[in-house]
Amino acid sequence: MTTVTADPVPAPAPAGRRPKQPSRLRRSWDKHWYAWAMVIPVVVVLAVLIFYPLVRGIYLSFTNLTEANQTAEICTKSITGSEVCKANPNRWEFVGLDNYVRVLSGEVGEFWQWTAVTLIWTVACVVFHYGLGLGLAVMLNRPMWGRTLYRILLVLPWAVPAFVSAFAWKFIFNERFGLANSLLTAVGIDPVDWFGDWRTSLLTAIITNIWLGVPFMMVALLGGMQTIPAELYEAAEIDGATPWQRFKNITLPGLRPVSMTVILLGTIWTFNMFPIIFLVTEGQPAGESEILVTGAYRAAFEGIRNYSLSSTYGVLILSILLVFSVFYRRMLRKQGEVW
Amino acid sequence: MTQIAGTGTLPAAAVPRGARHSRPRDSRSSRSPAKSILLHGTLIIASLIAIGPIVWVLLSSLKPGYAIQSSDLTLIKDPTLANYRYVLGETSFLRWFGNSVVVAAFTMAVGIFFSATTGYALSRFNFPGRRPLMMVFLVTQMFPVAILIVPIYTIMANLGLINALPSLIIANLTIAVPFCAWMLKGYFDSIPTSLDEAASIDGCGPFGTFWRVVLPLARPAIAVTAFYSFLTAWGEVAYASAFIQEDRKFTLAYGLQQFVPQFNPQWEYLTAAAVLVTIPAGIVFFFAQRHLVSGLTAGGTKG
Repeated sequence: MTTVTADPVPAPAPAGRRPKQPSRLRRSWDKHWYAWAMVIPVVVVLAVLIFYPLVRGIYLSFTNLTEANQTAEICTKSITGSEVCKANPNRWEFVGLDNYVRVLSGEVGEFWQWTAVTLIWTVACVVFHYGLGLGLAVMLNRPMWGRTLYRILLVLPWAVPAFVSAFAWKFIFNERFGLANSLLTAVGIDPVDWFGDWRTSLLTAIITNIWLGVPFMMVALLGGMQTIPAELYEAAEIDGATPWQRFKNITLPGLRPVSMTVILLGTIWTFNMFPIIFLVTEGQPAGESEILVTGAYRAAFEGIRNYSLSSTYGVLILSILLVFSVFYRRMLRKQGEVW
Repeated sequence: MTQIAGTGTLPAAAVPRGARHSRPRDSRSSRSPAKSILLHGTLIIASLIAIGPIVWVLLSSLKPGYAIQSSDLTLIKDPTLANYRYVLGETSFLRWFGNSVVVAAFTMAVGIFFSATTGYALSRFNFPGRRPLMMVFLVTQMFPVAILIVPIYTIMANLGLINALPSLIIANLTIAVPFCAWMLKGYFDSIPTSLDEAASIDGCGPFGTFWRVVLPLARPAIAVTAFYSFLTAWGEVAYASAFIQEDRKFTLAYGLQQFVPQFNPQWEYLTAAAVLVTIPAGIVFFFAQRHLVSGLTAGGTKG
């Protein structure tokens, strides 16, 4: 596999995307072929399984394709066994922005309500993930007795598959025999009908997701803390900095690169977190605790599968997240972070 | 946040293991008893919350059905293994388990290979298309699975992979590889390039350097990649429910939802099944957990 052009030192890429002379293309190929060889399988798989569906989804969102009108011809078997086919009069067609108008005006589904719930859900989860993750990481990042044991126990929720956790928490929040209500009764509080009100219903999902997501944040931040040089803390201590000052002026800035990424990733993941809402609250009561992805799924896939509607929701969700990440990056850049 | 303010200490992880023990006792290692109690108290409560639900499900799985459905708060009541016997004997559990192992193992192996090569190329070579690719990895995380399912189903149908386990492996890879490659890229960034240069002088080509020098050094990050891709495949339900139609090809995650009636969940069997599903994930976790912290480093996430 080792050939002539071994050159591991990063070389500046040719400025032009499309070189004018073939020799430049040739040179670029000679220099970068192994890099491309290393990424090409992933690129191909992503192109086929993410980007083709994406482009097709955007196209479908301008049509009215459903399970019912997808065939171009309707064929009926006659008594003699031969098939008679004629063109489907209700065949799917291009409808322009109709789907978007219907979704955004609230004619189909509850777009604005779901968006509001999604925002509450995302903000609450990410704030608690990050806050608790950071707090636990700071505590675990100091020498003490039993540190390894604490760390293993605290990371354990990560090892539980999401659908199992969802099920476990639904079991705990069961109205009749769940652990949560048993504990409440034990301390003299009336049992709560968790899924009877959208606020408590959403609360159960948020608690589940916090439990599920804190370990990842904690581990990522703990990893980040290891890259902060110990000398900084020693110097600060000699200068008489209080623990709080050390945390604020050394730990937090040192964690910035990790924090930026885990908050962005955490936001995206939570926004699209399907199984927890789908399995824990099931949208109870009456779809009021639905977030965008689960609401869209139910609107588009219950009953006759409405492919164009699901694509419309998909495009809207993707747009919201893209706008968010652009603003997020711009905000970080304004604070002088090159990323 | 009061604990943070109260007891700031040197980040222990930054100090080599041996050095920490031999260090003379200074103000940092002698914590006042009150602070000690606060610290350990908080951590114990947090640990209890972390393992509480798991333990509760485990205990419930040992109870007979009538005891689970009672509102009395009991930890152990008439312990029995009947639930496990039912799940293992009366359902296709073992077959589904085998399918899941195949899917998860292949996802893990192929996922490690692809993420490592991609991550290495992204970390070391400044090739045209590098930055767009990084952005693409981020954008792939944004597209909701529920919406991708239908077009991917069409593709799989055209490839003749419907109702076949490879379709699940491929689909799981699209979830796991972008994040893992991103993470590994960061870890490779933290390995000095001078090692690559030395290897190149010694006659290693780019692939040789990657295989013999960089990869062995990245073992912690590889362990995290393995853990992450295994878990992704092990717990994946959406694609499995869309692509697999035959009972004997179900994966565990999807199969379990099949034998539980929708409106009258048999909690006693569900709890037992949940425990059985979690055990393999726990085993993989056990092997990976030593590396979790160092593998998912800060660099892990620099663009």
